[in-house]
Amino acid sequence: MFTANIKKGRIVASVIAVGAVVALAGCSTSDPLDAGSASTDSIVIGSQDYYSSEIIAEIYAQALEANDYTVDRQFRIGQREVYLPEIKAGKIDLFPEYTGSLLQALKPDTKATTSDEVYTELESALPKGLRVLDKSEASDQNSYTVTEAYAKENKLTDIASLKNVKTPIVVGGNAELETRPYGPATLKEKYGIDTTFQSIEDSGGPLTVKALVDNTIQLGNIYTADPNIKSNNLVALADPDGLFVADNIVPVASTKVDDKAAGIINKVSAALTEEDLVDLNAQSVNDQKSAEVIAKAWLDDKKLF
Amino acid sequence: MNLLVDAFAWIFDPAHQAGANGIPTRLVQHLGISLLVLVVASAIAIPVGYLIGHTGKGRTLAVSLTGGFRSLPTLGLLIILALWLGVGLEAPLIALIVLAVPPILAGAYSGFEAVDRRTIDAARAVGMTEWQIVSKVEVPLGLPLLIGGLRSGTLQIIATATLADYVGAGGLGHFIFVGQKSNDYPQMLAGSLLVIALALLSEGIFALLQKLVVPRGVVANQNTDVRTSSPRRVAVVGSPTEERK
Repeated sequence: MFTANIKKGRIVASVIAVGAVVALAGCSTSDPLDAGSASTDSIVIGSQDYYSSEIIAEIYAQALEANDYTVDRQFRIGQREVYLPEIKAGKIDLFPEYTGSLLQALKPDTKATTSDEVYTELESALPKGLRVLDKSEASDQNSYTVTEAYAKENKLTDIASLKNVKTPIVVGGNAELETRPYGPATLKEKYGIDTTFQSIEDSGGPLTVKALVDNTIQLGNIYTADPNIKSNNLVALADPDGLFVADNIVPVASTKVDDKAAGIINKVSAALTEEDLVDLNAQSVNDQKSAEVIAKAWLDDKKLF
Repeated sequence: MNLLVDAFAWIFDPAHQAGANGIPTRLVQHLGISLLVLVVASAIAIPVGYLIGHTGKGRTLAVSLTGGFRSLPTLGLLIILALWLGVGLEAPLIALIVLAVPPILAGAYSGFEAVDRRTIDAARAVGMTEWQIVSKVEVPLGLPLLIGGLRSGTLQIIATATLADYVGAGGLGHFIFVGQKSNDYPQMLAGSLLVIALALLSEGIFALLQKLVVPRGVVANQNTDVRTSSPRRVAVVGSPTEERK
């Protein structure tokens, strides 16, 4: 009886000991949420939580790897509110960004809209320790999009030419478009174009595309690199006056990206055309391919390295 | 608390009282959509519910079918319908009708079922035709439960009609969507508060109606001590889910 109790006590004690050791071992390793486990000389590449951004980040990663750099992929981080502080804190070394949107986040009172204006202002707006590499010709920005048939019928070339349309124009997009600086009020003020507004809350997604194709709306607010534009015979109207802020793809780099690495990324940006971007997005949306496969195919095709 | 103050300030701001995006316009749209859905859903659910309640047939089928429809996520249904029908009023109308039919149907047939069988037998014994039994006995006695069904259905319609503006059909959802996408939380909360106010208003009206439509004989007979009364003796006043307490 007595010995049995002692035995029981020992078992309990040893169970507690083992548990404590396991628990302590858990404590002794570094914080599992800390991303700094990769070796110090690798370049941390991040991306937005947006499939297109991930593909570009993957292209950067593979391009650098092909030139014997080690990279640490931290993709799909979130939206700008989430990742911008991380970049500023130096936790991410390379990040594909969009010039206009980034500039507006860094400098909300900016007036720059055209591609070059935005890029020049962005260079000075970035905090210390960060720089933008060369911007790409490819951009993914807001646009006014019409069907090809509608454009042909009304001889549309750019946004201003909508003035010649005799039939009523319905603009479709997220409700906040109505109050944005490029919204219907500006169309009236700047170009004298009368429109009525129809809200569709899917950010230029399938419902907006359907409304355009059905001719429920004549003008849709869709991102220029959206593969739906091509697959539904839509055209984004040219915007020579910079009604929409230019959003060229631009890599944001920390000091850890040396001149050689910067040169590699600049080569990528120079080779990435608008058509390429639409095509890359289409492969993701229509063919459901992974960013890795899409990026590899593009790099092989361009024979950059 | 500050946000709540801001939301009330937003509601009472004169700038938000007029125009296509003013509160009155959006409120009227919201009410219009809700009423239209309520009328159509009632026109479908009440006759079917009465038929099931009177004949006692098809209950299982109706319950499982409407129960299944009820579990469809309304936003998903709305988008699928809108991809088929295009943007506008049709898609949200159908999606909301699907949402509103089950509670009204349940109210209609449970109202009939709650009528004491002896009352119906008595009606038949005094020589009433089937039609008279339905219109003079079952409908009036089942009315409190039907109103209960309409009440919970209307509540769901008003709350969910905020989705109508996702496909551009108007309504108070506008303030919620715009507020969310432009980080204007006072506006978003203001939209929600307006929806809540509408819901409370409809609850009040239906509560009153539920009191008024109960036949006087039923009220006089009503036994407040639930434990000793037979569940079948009286028409129970309440929503269908509270049936046979």
